Amino acid sequence: MSTVKHILEVNNLSVSYGVVPALRGISFTVDEGEIIALIGPNGAGKTTTMHTISGLLKPKEGNIIYDGKEIGGIEAHKLVREGISQVPEGRGIFPILTVAENIDLGAYLRKDKEEIQKDREWVYSLFPRLEERKNQVGGTLSGGEQQMLAIARALMARPKMLLLDEPSMGLAPIIVEDIFKIIKQINRERNTTILLVEQNAQMALTASNRAYIVEVGQIVNEGKSADLKKDDQIQKSYLGL
Amino acid sequence: MKEKIAGIHLSSRTKMIALLVMAAILLILPVTSISRYTLHIIVLCFIYTCLTLSLNLIIGWSGQFSLGHVTFYGMGAYITTLLVMNAGLNFFVATIISVVLVAIFSMILCFPTLNLRGDYLAVVTLGFGEVFRLFITNAVNLTRGPMGIPGIPAPTFFGITISGTEAFYYIIFALMVIFILFMIRLNNSGFGLAMLTVKEDDIAAISLGISPVKYKMWAFVIGGGMAALMGSFYAVYLGTIGPTSFVYNESIKMVSMVVLGGMGSVPGSVIGAFLLTALPEMLRQFSDYRMILYGAAMAIMMIFRPNGIWGIDKRVRNEYKIKAMRGVKNGKSSAS
Repeated sequence: MSTVKHILEVNNLSVSYGVVPALRGISFTVDEGEIIALIGPNGAGKTTTMHTISGLLKPKEGNIIYDGKEIGGIEAHKLVREGISQVPEGRGIFPILTVAENIDLGAYLRKDKEEIQKDREWVYSLFPRLEERKNQVGGTLSGGEQQMLAIARALMARPKMLLLDEPSMGLAPIIVEDIFKIIKQINRERNTTILLVEQNAQMALTASNRAYIVEVGQIVNEGKSADLKKDDQIQKSYLGL
Repeated sequence: MKEKIAGIHLSSRTKMIALLVMAAILLILPVTSISRYTLHIIVLCFIYTCLTLSLNLIIGWSGQFSLGHVTFYGMGAYITTLLVMNAGLNFFVATIISVVLVAIFSMILCFPTLNLRGDYLAVVTLGFGEVFRLFITNAVNLTRGPMGIPGIPAPTFFGITISGTEAFYYIIFALMVIFILFMIRLNNSGFGLAMLTVKEDDIAAISLGISPVKYKMWAFVIGGGMAALMGSFYAVYLGTIGPTSFVYNESIKMVSMVVLGGMGSVPGSVIGAFLLTALPEMLRQFSDYRMILYGAAMAIMMIFRPNGIWGIDKRVRNEYKIKAMRGVKNGKSSAS
């Protein structure tokens, strides 16, 4: 619907690592409550895009409008307060801290005790396995459980927009399916906007509403995920059909 | 909490009794027929415990590998001494000024080094220690250079003059207890937890809204200030200071204490400092083989307990946690 406002608008974004350009003018929009996937091969610039949105990288050109405000170049840790939470690639949980500590740290910026408690219960209901293991240290969890913990921790900040960087990386297919199911559930229950970067195009196109295909720092295709899934070119390049 | 493995998961009551007994022994030691020399070594153990705690805050909590801790220690000693001897200030006033100055200095030193990681930071801090040592060696007009500053007057506190090994024994013991309590409190705070996250994974910390810069800076400021405080007391305790007390070897020694005892661990810091201060003294009878034994002991430790004697693997989970979590019960089943 055209009445739905863009929660995120990326306009002509360019980013370089030194002299090496990583993004060459990327533009896309994310509407409130959508699940958007950025798909593409290794080195296409997906993670760079995500890091620029979350503030870890500074844009060279172009702008990022989030919730009506320009956020390009704002320090990453300040954006968490604005409602953008990122689940870093490779999970980034704290292995020496317990599961419960990891989860509680997600609410680092919040002060509303009762609401935090409610969110904690919700998060444990999404991931019952984490509740079973809450006194274990994070490092002893399996890969899938660590990914769940990373997502759970990000949810504790009660984000308006959740950025997921390769949630399927290095996980068994059955776990990947579980995780995507939960991602959809989060989106449904909390109307959380989700932007996810994936190499697993099959999963990403199944879970998302819309998708953008990124290749060598540019967007080469976009559309409804269901349509993209039927696209010949995409089936050949990404779905291995 | 049940008593599980000896010394690790003891109930808090057993722990308290053990600690009180240890404290009582340390308190009555000076009035027994113990030798001056042994007493002096124990005072050094106290001083190194404080220094190790302060360095552990920088290395073990915020994850910045500093090899220049002696700079803060030495600066504290020199600034206090110069203020007492040249400006005629009372020792305690001079100490406060010196701690504040060193804390400010640590903050300034922080800015260019905040983005450095691991080895690079180690080299920069090591270099800084050398700059400081060369400065105090060569600024003869100010510091008397290699001759050092002898005859630092004993401090007076409301008319009472503090002198003698026993008096300093008790004062420095009290300081150590304060440092330990402070570090335990910090470790159990949201502040300490946030610091640990910065060490563990700064990108993940940022993704939670934690500013690594802020915590790295605080670690240096607090750690530097603590070291300066110890430097001041070291100066009046010995009554003399010189550049040889603040060579880079001292920094290495403090790092060894942190690593051997356990990074990010309060009990580890105490154990590391006591062991590495007392061990070389106890090995003195082996004269030539002393350093070999010392080195061998370190190597064996690192093989069998790479996390340190009382390392992070013995970490008790943060009971205090984040500010907002206080008073909120964690989940439904809080039984462990």
